Amino acid sequence: MRFLFKTDYAQDIRLFKHGGQVFWYGLLMALLLAAPFMVGEYVMSQLHFILIYSIVGLGLMLLVGFTGQVSLGHAAFLAVGAYTEALLQAKGVPVFISLPCAALFSAAVGLIVGLPALRLKGIYLAIATLAFNVIVEEVITRWEGLTGGNSGLHVKPVEIFGVKLDGDAGFFYLCLGLTVLCILALMNLLRSPTGRAFVAIRDSEISASCMGVNLAKYKTLSFAISAALTGIGGALYAHKVSFISPEQFTLLQSIELVTIVILGGVGFLHGAVLGAAFLIVLPQLISLAKDYLPANVGSSGLQAVVFGLVLIGFIIFEPLGLYGRWLKVRTWFELFPFYRRGMFRRQKSYMKSERLR
Amino acid sequence: MSFFRVENLGIHFGGVVAVDRVSFEVKRGEVYTIIGPNGAGKTTIFNLIGLIYPASTGQIFLEDKPLTGSVPHRIAQLGIARTFQNIELFEHATVLQNLLIGRHRHRAASLWQELLFTPAVRRAEIAAREAVEKVIDFLDLAKYRDSLVAGLPYGVRKVVELGRALATEPRLLLLDEPSSGLNPEETDDMAFWIEDIKRHLGVTVLMVEHDMNLVSRVSDRVLALNLGAVIAEGTPAEVQAHPKVIEAYLGKTA
Amino acid sequence: MNQVLQLLLAGVAQGCVYALVALGFVLIYKATETVNFAQGDLMMLGGFFALTSSVILGWPYWATILFAVAAMAAVGMLIERLVLRPVLGQPAFTVVMITIGVGYVLRGVVTMVPGWGTETYTLPTPFSEGVFKIGEVIFAVQQVAVICMTAALCAALYLFFRFSRLGVAMQATSQNQLAAAYMGIPVRRVNMMIWGLSAGVAAFAGILLAPATFVHSNMGFIGLKAFPAAVVGGFGSVPGAIVGGLIIGLVESFAGRYLPEGFKDVAAYVVVLAVLMLRPSGIFGETAQKKV
Repeated sequence: MRFLFKTDYAQDIRLFKHGGQVFWYGLLMALLLAAPFMVGEYVMSQLHFILIYSIVGLGLMLLVGFTGQVSLGHAAFLAVGAYTEALLQAKGVPVFISLPCAALFSAAVGLIVGLPALRLKGIYLAIATLAFNVIVEEVITRWEGLTGGNSGLHVKPVEIFGVKLDGDAGFFYLCLGLTVLCILALMNLLRSPTGRAFVAIRDSEISASCMGVNLAKYKTLSFAISAALTGIGGALYAHKVSFISPEQFTLLQSIELVTIVILGGVGFLHGAVLGAAFLIVLPQLISLAKDYLPANVGSSGLQAVVFGLVLIGFIIFEPLGLYGRWLKVRTWFELFPFYRRGMFRRQKSYMKSERLR
Repeated sequence: MSFFRVENLGIHFGGVVAVDRVSFEVKRGEVYTIIGPNGAGKTTIFNLIGLIYPASTGQIFLEDKPLTGSVPHRIAQLGIARTFQNIELFEHATVLQNLLIGRHRHRAASLWQELLFTPAVRRAEIAAREAVEKVIDFLDLAKYRDSLVAGLPYGVRKVVELGRALATEPRLLLLDEPSSGLNPEETDDMAFWIEDIKRHLGVTVLMVEHDMNLVSRVSDRVLALNLGAVIAEGTPAEVQAHPKVIEAYLGKTA
Repeated sequence: MNQVLQLLLAGVAQGCVYALVALGFVLIYKATETVNFAQGDLMMLGGFFALTSSVILGWPYWATILFAVAAMAAVGMLIERLVLRPVLGQPAFTVVMITIGVGYVLRGVVTMVPGWGTETYTLPTPFSEGVFKIGEVIFAVQQVAVICMTAALCAALYLFFRFSRLGVAMQATSQNQLAAAYMGIPVRRVNMMIWGLSAGVAAFAGILLAPATFVHSNMGFIGLKAFPAAVVGGFGSVPGAIVGGLIIGLVESFAGRYLPEGFKDVAAYVVVLAVLMLRPSGIFGETAQKKV
C-alpha cells in the first residue's frame, strides 16, 4: 500500500503524483524508444496505427469524455486533416508548416460545427454531427478538382530537411513525439481552469454558467481542440496509408472512433491510448482465430459479430472501460487484502428523462 | 448609490404571472430575506436575477448598472453567486474540483499559456487553491475534500454548494433555501455561517427561506411575497406580525 | 406536371419506408429514451425472415408478413431482455453505443447463417410487377401498395395507443421510471413489449422495402436515412416521424431529378441540418428546460 503524504499544493498540481509513476512511465518511454530496434516490421506498422489512433482518441475523449458532448462525425475531421496535409505536401510545403496547418484548418472546421451545435443536445447533436460527416464525405467526393474525388490522392512519406521518413523508425518517432506532446498538452489543459470548465459543462450546464463559465465559448473551444487533435491524427494517417480516398472517412469510421473512447474508458486520458491499442489489436486476434473456426462462422461477418459483442460486453460488464478494469486490478493489488468488491460500483440509478435538462 | 436594486421585475409564463412587478432594494452588507408560501415566485426571482429566465418587465441594477440583457455567465463575473434549491453540483468531480470551478471568474491566463502550463499558470493555480482552502476551512469541509460529490450525503452537498458560491468571492450571495433538508444541528451551523459571511467576509446576502427561526435569527430585513406580488417588507418581527402575511400563510378567520 | 406527380408518388412511397423505420425509433425513444441505432438492421433481419418463409418455405405473401413481424417481435423482446435490461439506468450515450453493437452483431450473424450469407436475394411480392395509369401518370402498383400498407399500419398503431393502457404506461416510463414502477407499471415488461412492437414495425418496413433494395445483409443502412427523418419531425413525436419520413422521401425524390448528381444522397442530411438550425428540437419535438 502506498500512502501519499502531501505537504504542499504543488504536489496536487504535479503531473506525476509519486515516484512510482515516474518509474513506470519512464520504463514505458524507454521501451517505446527502443522499440524500432527490438520488434519487427509488422509490429512497428501496428504501433504506427496505435499512435495515430491514440491522438484521434485523445481528441474525441476531450469532447465526449470531458466536455460531455456527442460526436458521431469525427471521421470528417480526420478527413480534413488528411486532405489538408496531402494537398499542402503536394505543393511542397514542409511538414513543419503543413502539419500545424492541418491542425488549424481542422480546428476551424470544428468551430464551424461547434457554433450551431451550441443549441443542440443529445440525440439531436449526434444526428447533426452524423449529417455533417456525410456531407463532408460527399463534398470531398464531388470536388474532384481539388481532392481527386473517388480516385483518391497519393501521399508521399514525410520529409524533414530532405530526410525521408519512409522507414519504420523515423515515422514512429515522429508519431511518438506528437502523441506525447498531445497527451502533455491535454493534461496541462485538464489541470487548469479551462479543463475544469469543460468538466463543469459536462456535469451541469446551468450551474457552470452561473459560476461564470461562458458556455458558448467553451463548447466551441472543446470542439475546436478536439478537431485539431483529430486533424493531426488525420495528417499522420495520410502519410501512413499513403493513399487517401473518401470511403476511408465514412460513418462507420466515425463509429469506430467512438468505440475507442468507450472501450478505453470514458473520462480517462489513458482510455484513449488503451482503446486505440485494443481497436488495432482486435482484428489481428480475429484473423488468428479464423483458422480455428468452421468455414461458415469464419466468414467476413465474424469481425462484425466479435466487434459488436465486445462493445456490448464492455458496456454491460465493464462500463469504465479498459482503464477502469486496470484501475480495479491495480487497486486490488494496492489494497491487498483489503479490496472490497463494491469499491467501484456505481450507484444503481433509474432513468430519468434527459429531455428535461 | 444603491448596492442592489430590483424595479418592477416581472415574468409571465403564458397566462400565469409568476412574478408581478416586484421591487426591492438590498443595502450593502445586509442579510435580506424573501419569504412566502410555495409558488410565491421566490426562486423565480432568483432565476430572473441570474438571467436564466428573461424578464417580461422591470430592471435589475447592481450598483446602479442595469443587468438585464446580459448573459448568465456575466452575472458571476460581476460578483453575484448563487446556490440552487435542488443542488446543482458537478457530480462526477471531487469537492475540491467543484470549489475550484468557483474560481473560474478569476482566471487570467490564455489558452496557449494553459496548454504549456507556464509558471504564471502554476502560480495562479496555487493561488486559487489557497483561496479555496480558506473556504474549506470556513465550512469545515476538509475531510470531504477529495471525495466525489456523487457519494456524499445531502447535508454535506448543501454545504459544498454554499462553498462553491463563496469560492467565487462574490459581492452579493444569493442563497436559495439554504436550510431545506437540513436537520436542526445543520441549520444551526448554517445560521452561524450566514452571520460569519455577513460580519467577517463582508458579503451581502439575499436569501430565500422557509424556516422562520433562521429568518428571524440572521435577517436584517424581510420581504414577503404571495402569488408573485409583494405583500410586506420590514424587519423580521414587523413582517411576521403583518396581517397580510398571516393571511397568506394561515388563511383568514371566517 | 405529370413528372411532378410522378416524383411526388415516388417520394411519398420512399418516404413511407423512412417513416416506418423512423416510427420504430420513436416508439423506443418515447418509452425508454433510448435511440436504437440497430433499427435498420432489425429491418434487414425482418427482410430475411420474410425471405425464408416466402422463398424457402413457400408461404403466401400474407402469411410471410405475419411470420416475419411475429418473429421479429420475438427477436426485439429478446434483445431488450438480454442486452438492454442490464444497462437500465445508464446514460443515454452508452445505451446508444450498445445498440450500435447490436447492429454489428446482427449484420455479422446474418452472413454466417447457411442459406443467407452475403448474397442478395429478391423477395417475391404480389405487387412486384404491374403498373396502371390514371390520366397521363403512371402508378407502379408497388409504390401504391407501400403507401396503403403504411397508412393501414399507422391507423392500427393509432387505435392501439389511443384505446389501450400501454400508451399511457409508455409515456410514464419514459419520463420517470422509478415513479412509474411505484405506480404499479411493470416497467421492464413494458420496455420489452415496446421493443417487440418496434422490431415488428421494422420487419414490416423491411418487407415493404425489399422489392426496391432487395434483401441483403447491408440493407439496413437505409435505416441511417431514417434518422434525419425522425429528427426532422422531432424525436419523440409519432406524427413527427411520419411527417419527417415523408419530407425526406419527397426531398430526395425531387433532388434526384432537379439537382446535380450526388445531391440526392446528401439531401436528407442537408435537410436535417437546416431544420435543426431553425428548430433545435425538430418540427414537433419539445425539450423542456430543467427547473432549477
